[in-house]
Formats: sequence, structure tokens, C-alpha cells
Amino acid sequence: MNLLEVRDVVKHFPINEGAVLRRTVGQVHAVDGVSLTLAPGETLGLVGETGCGKSTLARCIAGLHPVTSGTVTFDGQDITNLSRSAMRPFRRDIQVMFQDPYGSLNPRRRVGSIIADPLVIHGVGTARERRRAVSGLMERVGLNPEHYNRFPAEFSGGQRQRIGVARALALKPRLIICDEPVSALDVSIQAQILNLLKDLQDDFGLTYLFIAHDLSVVRHVSDRIAVMYLGRVAELAEADELYEHPRHPYADALLSATAVADPDAADRRSRVILTGDVPSPIDPPSGCRFHPRCPRAGEICSVQEPALEGTAHLTACHFPIGPTDLPGPPEPADREEPAASDTSGGPARRAGDSANGRGTE
Amino acid sequence: MSLLEVKDLTVGFPTADGLVQAVRGLSFSVEPGRTLAIVGESGSGKTVSTQAILGLLPEADISGSALFEGADLLRLDEERLRQIRGSEISVIFQDPLTSLHPLYKVGWQITELIHVHDAGVSRAQARRRAVELLGLVGIPRPDRRVDDYPHQFSGGMRQRAMIAMALALNPKLVVADEPTTALDATVQAQILDLITRLQREFDIALLLITHDLGVVAGVADEVMVMYAGLPVERADRRTIYYRPHHPYTKGLLESIPGSTGVRKGRLRPIPGQPPSMIAVPPGCAFHPRCRYAMPVCAAELPPLARVTGDGDHASACWLPHEAVGLGEEAEAVRLRASGGPA
Repeated sequence: MNLLEVRDVVKHFPINEGAVLRRTVGQVHAVDGVSLTLAPGETLGLVGETGCGKSTLARCIAGLHPVTSGTVTFDGQDITNLSRSAMRPFRRDIQVMFQDPYGSLNPRRRVGSIIADPLVIHGVGTARERRRAVSGLMERVGLNPEHYNRFPAEFSGGQRQRIGVARALALKPRLIICDEPVSALDVSIQAQILNLLKDLQDDFGLTYLFIAHDLSVVRHVSDRIAVMYLGRVAELAEADELYEHPRHPYADALLSATAVADPDAADRRSRVILTGDVPSPIDPPSGCRFHPRCPRAGEICSVQEPALEGTAHLTACHFPIGPTDLPGPPEPADREEPAASDTSGGPARRAGDSANGRGTE
Repeated sequence: MSLLEVKDLTVGFPTADGLVQAVRGLSFSVEPGRTLAIVGESGSGKTVSTQAILGLLPEADISGSALFEGADLLRLDEERLRQIRGSEISVIFQDPLTSLHPLYKVGWQITELIHVHDAGVSRAQARRRAVELLGLVGIPRPDRRVDDYPHQFSGGMRQRAMIAMALALNPKLVVADEPTTALDATVQAQILDLITRLQREFDIALLLITHDLGVVAGVADEVMVMYAGLPVERADRRTIYYRPHHPYTKGLLESIPGSTGVRKGRLRPIPGQPPSMIAVPPGCAFHPRCRYAMPVCAAELPPLARVTGDGDHASACWLPHEAVGLGEEAEAVRLRASGGPA
């Protein structure tokens, strides 16, 4: 059974105007009908660019935002828009780790008591037991337990993120939502934290929802990956499958734009350069939200929103890239490479990709 | 002749806790039309060294020399330096929102720049040039957008406008300090493409400062890796990624998912953290974190020296010259030379 099921979740934020008589003049369509599942012990990566709704979705799942519609089911129980008290037992099972190791720790409190907070709030153990538990947690995440009484400012960015990990682990959660957990860290420190998260997953059977904008990192940690664009899932597939055979033109463009630390791969790559910017989520385009920027868009794309379809590899596209290319998609992408062999968009792209150093794992 | 030749640059900041030795003796040169990438993590001194060269650190203790076409930038008077900065050397910073003045129209800012540096150009001509530049960097309908304020531009467009300003006076050298770090992946790709295309078109030398080895892989001709205020390795792009000599460079590559150093499975992070720049470790500053540290490493600072038989490849490490590359074989050489894992 799935540990987490998200069905058709919609989250709109009203835009209000007027100082006295507040009236709603529009909606920000932050998340607009997203469905996902997470199996126990799995890591699902959630990628997308600024404003695609990935963090909002995470907050909806954690119960930090009420959802506008749709359902969130955790371990078979509907936890959608529960009251604070009804949500409480689930908060032990679902923990969130944030990006900013500077902003998410209270600078005036000692790290031992910061890590103990969840235990205190949920009334776990006596003071002595909690202290012992915190020391154990600190040791487990690679902090010196003797630093129990230090303040966050005495720790480096990497160590602070370890404090965040320890705090998230305190209640022995089953699901940890990691929202850009390594984005603020230098690469050598980032690798330490990524390895730590992996070890903890193996030891405690944790399930991760891993949000990041760095696609190389997401591929490294995830079993499956969902690519979001303007509040919707464009594509969802196994990590390697997605990177090697992206089917949605947006996923294709995003992956081809990812900077990879391998010169040969960088030289061989055929980049899909998107034109323009991401449209506003206040008034998203009709039909497929990606159609105004899509190199493959046809007439239907501006009219009908494509459903997320497929069994293992799901794509929301009328003209997906790949072997089942529908006849007559329009002119191929604006690529840097000569387009001679590129009439279908699909095969040439994959040829470039397998030579891309991506197939190294 | 090199366009820019930096020799023995040191930069220190006096603080209440002691002298912060941000840059401790840096030499490098940039050739006309070429791209040198300086790579390093927070606090490695990469940004501080270029800011010192450009005269943007009035409060720092600076020594050494920085010859730009024969003139020492560190000794020029403020007026002459200001002329060079902007017209012959221009800078693209990370955050375009703070580098563009929010209260002036984008086009006005470009026009003003051209007009200030060359009084022979009329405002009308300068404005036409601004429109042309905005078109060149890919701003749609530049004749209209020229009258927009910076907040009306998206992040990617603001960075494009910054690039337009950087190019306005036909510079010979562009210093780009983390030019795409604040941008999303697809926008980053657009901007990198734009920078390299314009660089080729106008034959500009590029000094790229970044922490991102992914960006460097596709852009640089030469790469210099910095650690704790010193260069630890310098070579052409492919050598750095496929035949690194310095354990820090190798450690960086083994920390990045999808890089040449991580073929499969687990990352091999560098243990520990970068040192305090007030109390830099003696000898090689990297030795406390180095898997292959030998007694000499804590005693003596290794010079940045040629790696024999490997072209222009230079590395500041006491390991023997054969200890280049990634993978098992190179690892065996390193471990043998250092007498086992430290």
C-alpha cells in the first residue's frame, strides 16, 4: 500500500485588493490538480523551476496550507484539511526539512533544546530520556553531542543542516519532506548531507519527498521523479528513465538545460533553448500550460488540457517525444545542432542523450 | 601578450578578531578572447580577488600587481581606473536586481553609461545604441522595453539587460561573477549561451567566477581551482575534469552527482569544512581534510608547479606527478605515495 496518496490537489491563493473592503480580484493557481503516490521507503523527487508550485504542494501535504480541493491520504487515512488537533498525530509521522539552515533555527536557543522541541511538543519521555535521545540523534547525524549547549551561530552551514536533520528525525517519522535541503550548501558539504540522508533512509526505512531545483542532485537521490510546470505535473517516471527518455517537451528542455560537470557531455549535448519566460500563475495559458513556449505544440494544445497518462512513465502531453510519436507534430525544437536528423524530435534527442554521459549509472 | 596579468595578489581584511587573509598570493593571466574560469567554494577568495583587481575593495589591504594592457590596475588613480572599468573591463554580477538602479528606466541606464564614457556620442545616438544592444541580447521588442523599469523585467531579462550594459562600450574583458547562480536551469542555459555567443562574436576575454563546476564544464577554456585564498590547480578544461591532480579538485568532482568523478553510486564528500581565514592551517591549507596528507603537507606550502608531462597543467600538491586522474589506478598511486589513507 502507498504511504502517501495525493489526489487532484488544488491550491489557489486569493489576491485581495482594497484596504478596508477586501475583495478577491483573482487567484494564484499555485497548484492546480496534482496527483502523486509515494510507496514506503521510496524517494520521490519533485523538480521544476521557480513558481511551479513544488514547495506549495509540499506544504499542502504536510498540512501547513489548507488545500482548496483534492485529497491527501497518509497510510490509508484521509488527512486533508484536518483540524490542528486531528492533524497532531500525523505530524509525528510527517516531518519537513527546510532549505535555509540559517533561517530555520532560532538563533537564541541552544541546539540541544531545538532538536528536543518535537519531543517536548508531543510529550515524549521525561527530560532525562529526551536529553539522551537528543545526544543519540546528534551523534547519528554527525554532530558532537558535547555541543548540546551551543547556539546555532556556532555551527557552519553544513552542521546547521545536520541539526535540521536531527530535529526532523526526533519523532521517528515515516515521511520526511525535504524542501531544497542542500541548495544553500557548498558542493563538498552538500555531498556529506546527501550521503547522510541516504544512510538514514536505509537505517530507518524513511520515505522522502525530495524537492530541489538541481536536477543532478534529484536524479542522484530519487527513485522516481515528477516534473512540475505552472502548478501541474508534466511528467512522472523512474529517475533514469526520465533522464534518458524524457517525453514531455518541457521535461526535455529542462533536462537538456541542466549543467553537468562533464565537459564531453556538455559539448555533445544538444540544448533545447526555450524562448520567453514562465507565464504568470495568476492567469495560466489555456489548454496545455506549456503550449505558448512549446516547440511541438499543435492546435489542440491551446484548447484542451492534456491528462497525465501512462502506467509507469506518465506524461501530460498531446505530442509526447518518443517512439509513439503521433503523425504530424509541427516543426521540431529550436536546437543548436543541425536539425537534419531531427525531424521527429524524438530519436535524435535520445541519440544525443545516450552519448551524453548520463547513461553512466 | 596577456590581456590581464595578475601577480602575487594578496588581499587582507583587518577585523577585530585578526587579519582575514582572503587571498594569499594569487597569480594568473587572461588571454585576449579566451575564457578563464575561477572555481571555488564560499570563502575561497575567488570573488574577493577580482573585486580587488577592479578597485572595488577600498577598505582592504592589497598587495601584488594586476597588469591590464601594461597598466597596473592596483596603482592607477581612481579617475583612470574608473575609465577602464566600464569601458575596457566590464562586470556582470550575480544579482541583476541589485545591480540595476530600480528608479531609472533600463534604457536610460544604458544610455547614460554610453554618454558618460564617451561625450562625443549624443544622447539620441546613445539611446539608439541602447535599443540595438537590448535587441542583441534577446529582449523582445527592444524599442518598447527600453522604457521599462527593472522591476518590469523578469530575472532572466534583467540579466540580459546587465549583459547589454556590460557590452555597451565594447570591452576587451568581461568579468562575470556567478552570472547565472540566481537563475532557473532553463534561463541559466539561455544566459550562458548568450554570453558565450557574444564573447565569440566580439572577441571578448571572459573571466568567469563561479562555484558551479557544471557551468564551467560547458564554457571555460581554462580552469583555476581555488581553496583558502590560493590557487590549488590550473589546467585546460578537460584536464581539470578528467585528469585532476590536486586532491581538492578530485574531492569536488567526487562530490557532484553526475560529474566525471561520480560514475555511480555513492558520493565521496570531502570530510570536514573549509578553514577559518583568520587561522589558516600551516603548510597546505587543505591538509587537515586531505585523504593523502603526508608529514610534509603540514610543514611546507606546496608551490603551484607544472605537473610533469601534462602540458600546462599546474598543481599545488606534494603528491608525485603520476598521481593524476580519477578512478582506481590513480587512487592506488596516491595511496602508495602518501603511505596509505590518512
